[in-house]
Amino acid sequence: MAKAKDILLSGLVLVAGRGRRSPRPEAERVVPDYDADPRAETWAIVLLLLSSLCCAGFIVVYAVDRIPHQTQFLGLSLGLALVFFAAALIVTALRLVVTEELVEEYPPELHVGEVDLIASTVEESGSRLTRRRLFKLALLGAGGGLVTAALTPAASFGPLLRVKDYFGTPWTRGRRLVDEDDRPYKASDIEEKDFYTAFAEGADKEEAGASLVLVRLPTSSLKLPPELQGYDANGIVAYSKICTHAGCAISMYRVPTFLPDEPKPALVCPCHYSTFDPASGGTVQFGPAGRPLPMLPLEIDARGFLRAKGNFDGAVGPAWWGVRNRKPSPQS
Amino acid sequence: MSVTRRVVRWVDERSASAPILRKVLRYLFPDHWSFLLGEVALYAFMVLVGTGIYLTFFFVDSTNDVVYHGTYAPLQGQHMTEAYKSVVDLSLNVKAGLLIRQTHHWAANVFLVAILLHLFRVFFTGAYRRPRGLIWALGVTMLFTSLLEAYMGYSLVDDLLSGMGLVIGYSVGLSLPFVGANLMEWLFHGPYPGQHVFWPRMYIAHVLLFPILIGMLLTAHLLLVALRHHTQFKRRRAQSNHVVMGVPTYPGQTPRSIGLMLAVAGVLFLLGGLVQINPIWQWGPYHTYDATNGAQPDWYLGWLIGGLRLVPGFDVVIGKYTLIPNPFWGGALFPLVVLGFLYFWPWLERKWSGDYSWHNVLERPRDNPRRTAIGIGVISWVVLVFVAGSSDRVNLVFGIPYTGQIWFYRVFVFVGPVVFGAIAYWVCKELREGEKVEEDRHAAEAETRLATWSKPSQSSET
Repeated sequence: MAKAKDILLSGLVLVAGRGRRSPRPEAERVVPDYDADPRAETWAIVLLLLSSLCCAGFIVVYAVDRIPHQTQFLGLSLGLALVFFAAALIVTALRLVVTEELVEEYPPELHVGEVDLIASTVEESGSRLTRRRLFKLALLGAGGGLVTAALTPAASFGPLLRVKDYFGTPWTRGRRLVDEDDRPYKASDIEEKDFYTAFAEGADKEEAGASLVLVRLPTSSLKLPPELQGYDANGIVAYSKICTHAGCAISMYRVPTFLPDEPKPALVCPCHYSTFDPASGGTVQFGPAGRPLPMLPLEIDARGFLRAKGNFDGAVGPAWWGVRNRKPSPQS
Repeated sequence: MSVTRRVVRWVDERSASAPILRKVLRYLFPDHWSFLLGEVALYAFMVLVGTGIYLTFFFVDSTNDVVYHGTYAPLQGQHMTEAYKSVVDLSLNVKAGLLIRQTHHWAANVFLVAILLHLFRVFFTGAYRRPRGLIWALGVTMLFTSLLEAYMGYSLVDDLLSGMGLVIGYSVGLSLPFVGANLMEWLFHGPYPGQHVFWPRMYIAHVLLFPILIGMLLTAHLLLVALRHHTQFKRRRAQSNHVVMGVPTYPGQTPRSIGLMLAVAGVLFLLGGLVQINPIWQWGPYHTYDATNGAQPDWYLGWLIGGLRLVPGFDVVIGKYTLIPNPFWGGALFPLVVLGFLYFWPWLERKWSGDYSWHNVLERPRDNPRRTAIGIGVISWVVLVFVAGSSDRVNLVFGIPYTGQIWFYRVFVFVGPVVFGAIAYWVCKELREGEKVEEDRHAAEAETRLATWSKPSQSSET
């Protein structure tokens, strides 16, 4: 029993005393010794404690659902935990660790000898080759071939050459115009000084060619160019809703309240303020668009419903290299 | 043996890295507050990665149409994409979800601000001069990669604003001469909005490809900085192009840097919790046929909006072939010119100044008036285009006609930079002159002091 106690004691002494040596003599110090700063030390410890407290707070706020403004308190507690921790470290940096300003040489501009050695190593390693240039070319060819081959499957992403998609719209002669809830528009629904969004009946509304802006203008104010004569239905005009500049939806209609002093009616895109004239076939009045809005010819059927009389007079959507090449056609 | 000693032994026995570690520990960091800007960007990036990983566990990268039946009443019964719904749910129904999302968004903003300020610091102090041209080029690449990355993150949500932003980006892509339509057809699998394949593509680019790319650029950037060592301002006589003076990694720099890291993270989480950003449930879902007036993108895209709005309405057309569609000028050429300027500036300056030598000591902006003037000119050019992009807000708040403002900016974005550059040049010269007067006065005073002090001693000798 006594022996066991002795062994235990000596073991304890060994474990506890391990590594405790007298400190190295001052002369051997790597980092210079500075005076203690107990106040700063207290600050650092207090800040660290505050940080832990905030962490605990974060967990509590997370766990207890009844606390109002949970997001705010979560952010506050986690943010403060981090900020307190940061403050403690900054106190440490400024007051508690030795701030040495040391000097050292920059690396040289060039390691002349080493550079030479590396170059020689590479160059001399090729001494057994007789047709160096051909060999290099072959290497390059194989490497380039591998890269090209590896990139080829990326062509599966999508068709690279099928640009006819840009000309497709859902409009065909006789297609009715419907609103967002698929109710067909009657000509009598369309009033002056108001602005309507219409879609091709049965089409996917997200598709660029499907959406229209509809406005009614006094027939006397219409100044459609010759090729667009007859596109309106008793003063109702329909244009593609997609801006020809950058593809946003034309969603503003500027209507003058007192005509003589104010600019004439205009369809405006809110993204870059391209401004189109609905009376003259969607021509650009101001802003960056380079092309008029495509116009859809309309007719009114026997029951008063608005129907398309054909397709747009130009391709729908923002410009690309072939946008003026041909008129849109119904999708297959 | 102390614990420290045993840990170091353990590491060295297994890695033989003690010599390298010792060098790393005593690597010197020259001290100046402006040297911390790059670090802030690094820490914001770390927060972005951390919060971003969390967000991936809740985000659904699908544009399939669903009808909302969640807890947020105003959206009840609306058609939306799964992507948008997942972010609304994450924001409103996942505990801490909104905190993490808002922190992510704030971190993106701080990341880009810090990169820009860091770039300005490096530019105006000439830190990019030889031998650090490659570090500069990597940094510029990172800036543009990060802009694209932020744009994609903002677009993924598929709220009304992000959808409008994405279609504009698509149109800029479409406007690339000769290849635009093919490229976009390939990427979107059909004209915008394309097929459902696009969202997973943008998602994987945002959460994997671009972060890895930025991470690799970052590693190379920092590695080169460390290998060539930091630049320094000449504050002490010992400092020169050959001798660096600074605080060692350990113990001096470590608590500072970790402290800064935690402070950046702390501020970001405070912002994320307390300051609302991009409340997407209020914007509503995006539809191609919907748009809202007064929409502004995140600030880092404001210069491109300005560029797109300023260009007068024309496409360059040859016969029926559209050579250059309009969005190309403001959306593609303008940023490319800025990018090109940044890439080639160190080379241009070397050509013009004939200064091919290497520099470890920095200049102050006033020490090099020409560089400062050109820098201010280019920055004010970009800033003026940015300001032009907010003409609609100015119109709304102050009632100044929009068209008048745009015409003013169409001229002023080119005149203004020249004026501001000239002012900067003059200010630098004046500051330099003022300093010279001061120096001369000090020198003269010192001389008189020496003279009056030495006279009696001389007389006593005689």
